[in-house]
Amino acid sequence: MADVNRGDRPLSPHLSIYRPMYTMILSITHRITGVGLSLGIVLVTWWFLALAIGEKYFAFADAVLTSVFGGLIMIASLWALMFHLCNGIRHLFWDAGYGFELQTAWRSGLAVIAGSIILTILVVAISMGAS
Amino acid sequence: MSYQTDRQRVSGLGSAKDGTHEWIGQRISAIALVPLVILFVLPLAINLGKDFETVRLAYGHPFNAIVGILFFITVSMHLKHGLQEVIVDYIHGKKKLVLALLANTAFSTILGVTGVFSIAKIAFGG
Repeated sequence: MADVNRGDRPLSPHLSIYRPMYTMILSITHRITGVGLSLGIVLVTWWFLALAIGEKYFAFADAVLTSVFGGLIMIASLWALMFHLCNGIRHLFWDAGYGFELQTAWRSGLAVIAGSIILTILVVAISMGAS
Repeated sequence: MSYQTDRQRVSGLGSAKDGTHEWIGQRISAIALVPLVILFVLPLAINLGKDFETVRLAYGHPFNAIVGILFFITVSMHLKHGLQEVIVDYIHGKKKLVLALLANTAFSTILGVTGVFSIAKIAFGG
């Protein structure tokens, strides 16, 4: 029979068949942070919605986001965002055709990790300083 | 038994022959988000934990309001493309795939509209 399976075919094997490498960990972290940020932004959107609704509701949403647990989620989301930002810029350079040499890719990866941590600390410091 | 010729049966099969625009769109939103993320995160970090009137005033300012609306429009497009990429890579089976893609469209659209509406309402003082 001709193609009974149309649109319902098996996928190629992926993640599970490769030996883990540092650059590969960065690559999957880009995806994980992206998916995580899609959830993290729900909280931020809720905070803005609360701000639009009124004072009482905003106080509740703001208390949730600045509680110990909420704060941890916010800081984790902030790191995820800074990682996704830095690594995203790294990807844009690749898309433009630069930085493919093994050593360059290795070093830019380290720069992404360092940059994401430094930027996270910086923004947290600004946030602490403002409150 | 099909009366179609072999040539007719395979016509149109193969790759999706579509998707380049999504790849390009994801890069365009990525480039736009580089400055937008920075401009969005800083006032957010400063205003988290502040009282209602202060935060209303901050987002009532045209700069923060315009940046915020641009951010929500761009980020909802970007996360839709991104989640779609993850969904088509990892979700097996057509039924689940279609449901996941529909859920993704609903999620990203609702998120973007909620963000834009909220900031617009604050900025217009309603």
